[in-house]
Amino acid sequence: MNFNLTKTQELFRQMIREFAEKEVKPLAAEIDEQERFPAETVKKMAELGIFGIPVPKQYGGAGGDNLMYSIAVEELSRACATTGVVVSAHTSLCVAPIMEHGTEEQKQKYLPKLASGEWIGAFGLTEPNAGTDAAGQQTTAVLDGEEWVLNGNKIFITNAGPAHVYIVIAMTDKSLKTKGISAFIVEAGTPGFEIGKKELKMGIRGSATAELIFTNCRIPKGNLLGKIGGGFPIAMKTLDGGRIGIAAQALGIAQAALDETVKYTKERKQFGKAIGQFQNTQFQMADLKTKVEAARLLVRSAAFKKDSGIPYSPDAAMAKLFAAETAMEVTTKAVQFHGGYGYTREYPVERMMRDAKITEIYEGTSEVQRMVIAANLYK
Amino acid sequence: MKIVVCIKQVPDTTEIKINPVTGTLIRDGVPSIMNPDDKGALEMALRLKDQYGAHVTVITMGPPQADLILREAFAMGADRAILLTDRRFAGADTLATSNALAGALRTLEYDIVFAGRQAIDGDTAQVGPEMAEHLGLPQVSYVVNLDVKNENTVIVKKETEEGYQMLEADTPCVLTVLASANKARYMSVSGIVEAYNKEVEIWSADSIDVDESKLGLKGSPTKVQKSFAKGLKQAGEVYEVDAEEAVGIIISKLKEKFII
Amino acid sequence: MDKSTYKHVYVFVEQRDGVIQPVAYELLGKARDLADALGEKVVALFPGYQIADSCQSLIEYGADEVICVDHVQLKDYLTEQYVQVINQVVEEYRPSILLLGATTIGRDLGPRLAARITTGLTADCTKLEISEDRELWSTRPAFGGNLMATIVNSTHRPQMSTVRPGVMQKRVADPTRKGEIINFEPKLDESKFKVRLIETVKEDKGKIDITEAKILVSGGRGVGNKENFEKLEQLATLLDAEVSTSRAMVDAGIMPHDRQVGQTGKTVRPNLYFALGISGAIQHLAGMEESDFIVAINKDKFAPIFQVSDLGIVGDVNKIIPMLTERLAQELKK
Repeated sequence: MNFNLTKTQELFRQMIREFAEKEVKPLAAEIDEQERFPAETVKKMAELGIFGIPVPKQYGGAGGDNLMYSIAVEELSRACATTGVVVSAHTSLCVAPIMEHGTEEQKQKYLPKLASGEWIGAFGLTEPNAGTDAAGQQTTAVLDGEEWVLNGNKIFITNAGPAHVYIVIAMTDKSLKTKGISAFIVEAGTPGFEIGKKELKMGIRGSATAELIFTNCRIPKGNLLGKIGGGFPIAMKTLDGGRIGIAAQALGIAQAALDETVKYTKERKQFGKAIGQFQNTQFQMADLKTKVEAARLLVRSAAFKKDSGIPYSPDAAMAKLFAAETAMEVTTKAVQFHGGYGYTREYPVERMMRDAKITEIYEGTSEVQRMVIAANLYK
Repeated sequence: MKIVVCIKQVPDTTEIKINPVTGTLIRDGVPSIMNPDDKGALEMALRLKDQYGAHVTVITMGPPQADLILREAFAMGADRAILLTDRRFAGADTLATSNALAGALRTLEYDIVFAGRQAIDGDTAQVGPEMAEHLGLPQVSYVVNLDVKNENTVIVKKETEEGYQMLEADTPCVLTVLASANKARYMSVSGIVEAYNKEVEIWSADSIDVDESKLGLKGSPTKVQKSFAKGLKQAGEVYEVDAEEAVGIIISKLKEKFII
Repeated sequence: MDKSTYKHVYVFVEQRDGVIQPVAYELLGKARDLADALGEKVVALFPGYQIADSCQSLIEYGADEVICVDHVQLKDYLTEQYVQVINQVVEEYRPSILLLGATTIGRDLGPRLAARITTGLTADCTKLEISEDRELWSTRPAFGGNLMATIVNSTHRPQMSTVRPGVMQKRVADPTRKGEIINFEPKLDESKFKVRLIETVKEDKGKIDITEAKILVSGGRGVGNKENFEKLEQLATLLDAEVSTSRAMVDAGIMPHDRQVGQTGKTVRPNLYFALGISGAIQHLAGMEESDFIVAINKDKFAPIFQVSDLGIVGDVNKIIPMLTERLAQELKK
């Protein structure tokens, strides 16, 4: 048993932290305020290979592992949760399913461009009437000669708009329920595929979240990902991996709020001493620190299992559940420790608290995580 | 084109704190980093690699842990890395350090030798020019830009107090570079993945071409007689006086502190 | 090595376009103290071109002798030319101590020369003194200024040190002082000249980043308006400092954001920080409390800024600053 990062992972952590501190953090407040996609940061990350961390070198990736990827999302989110989710949604929800389920031809076609960051990826599962209950899909795909014809709407899609490649889940045979669900690769600009209304959100406001609208959208037959009727397991496996990314995002937010609060409570004086000197502060902070470390172990353990080829679905769910709830708790208390300042945008904990909330919701709410964990417990 | 870049691992001096009780430096937990000016030098070299396909060798003298900055250099794009590590190098001042590096450089081929202007732990700016002297090479220090004129000549921009100078130097030469010369690239992800698959060559005093009496403590004319922390900060005196008197107090205090 | 054959305190006199740099006079002042402690002479080593007329001023500022090296090859500073000349002087005259200014010239020349001579060099000293056993003790900051170290070189001669401009005090010029001027004829090996000067460009560097400034004149709410900030600019110009500010003045549109010190601005660590009319809100303190020396002026004697300042003045900044600027201008003229 060894809890240390490898030398390679440690070197990577050093780089990504410096990058996050110098390139990402200075923009965090601005992109939140302006609800603006951080295109300039995306370009810089692309140059460094951050969009292809776990992609094998033969497909133009860096040949790294999922643990490195989780460190990337954690450190980026520590500086800016929006930037973290751009990488997470791209890597976990688009690159990973193509890597894991794509044909050689699909891998050759899509992975090099996605890994280099020339193309950004997204994933469309949620619909107005089908969120957690994926089987309620109303988007349909019908084979017409050499093409699939897609119709329907997807909502709350991260990276919608900036993304060039979308993994879209659609019903190919409603009578088969979940076994009639299939996955497709859809490129931006395909006739009949439009980006709908952009959501105005509480947090991660720089992240593009929008609707995907398919109206007789025709894609080549070869863009089916996996088998016909194999879409449901692909979606579920994709979300398992995605949960490591979101757990890492939550962890990064929690760590950032903890750091800010330590700094603030060292400096802020009341009744003649720094508020960090009061035992009430210290005990609460000790509890928060313990939870953040526990969350980190869960995240890394899930990533490690994925890298080792060990089933990790409940581990990813536990990591996401715990990290998300920790992020919410730490950021809420961070605002409280900051008092009135914490409620203003002068201090970053205000943004962190708004950003933290989504981690309890997307890629499976905390309730869904509990369902996954319990299902595994009672199977 | 062959380039050698001399780099150094230094404590991140901005992270060094003073122990409030003993007044001594707290160096535990202070991260070790590649010296900023040296990183500027490495970046300048890597741009020559991008532009002309130059082969870039990095070399450092230090303890075995200095391996880390060589891995970092690999991850940024360096082709070859050499770690000079030997107890016989220990206790070296700038002259002995420059002799060791010069000894290593005598066994290498190069057109340009880069170094950082100065290291943030010592701030002396001496090793580069001293090394150039040992090797009998022309030097330009405070370099902020470099253009290759032809096979045997480079045009460099040297920063000065009043502005800058443009100088033409014959190669091979030694250039010492400022961190502000450029924005050094980050390590690339694929570079990081490969960094530990490459070999860092470990060289001892026997691997280099220099008289051993010029190395380490023996080869160092300067010795540290004593060192002391600058002391702790406490709230200073506060004066409630008229403006004229206040001005007098400020001026005498600034003089006392050698600020003016 | 027989150290007794090395004598006298030498100062490398730096000139640019024939103008002797202030640091040379400052070094002569310090060299005078050192030479007096040793009972030896101060010698000004003065390379340049068409500089004969300036030699007398070096004597007025403390030199007993001037070794003037007047040669067309020395018109502009170039490393090899200057190293050859000074090395020849050192070989012939055997100085015990050689001081240089820690300028871009002195810090280029010093190490190259030390290596050619094979001696030690201590950079950027803030204090020079003669020990009981007649050695030069050079004290300098290290580790980003966190540590001071005293360096000796008891085995090699000359003992070489560089000193930053402005650290030492120059003496009041004495026009009646007498001294000897020696003209030195260098023998230059031109085959070694491999660096050529294309051009020297002087540029008004304008404002530097506040995180890099050695001195910051920082104004807050108590300064109040643009007009008063101009007075701060005057003080800053005089001290070669930059003007910075607090959040309140940025929010009020009086100062730009790149000048803001504090949690949401920049963290600075200058040698000297003037906190003028700044109360010291926590977020401002976070950005500047690591400054080496903090002078605070504020009307409110309970302002938190006084908890971190090294020198606090309770008073009206807009009254004190113009007076301070005026007095400093007089002081610096001396």
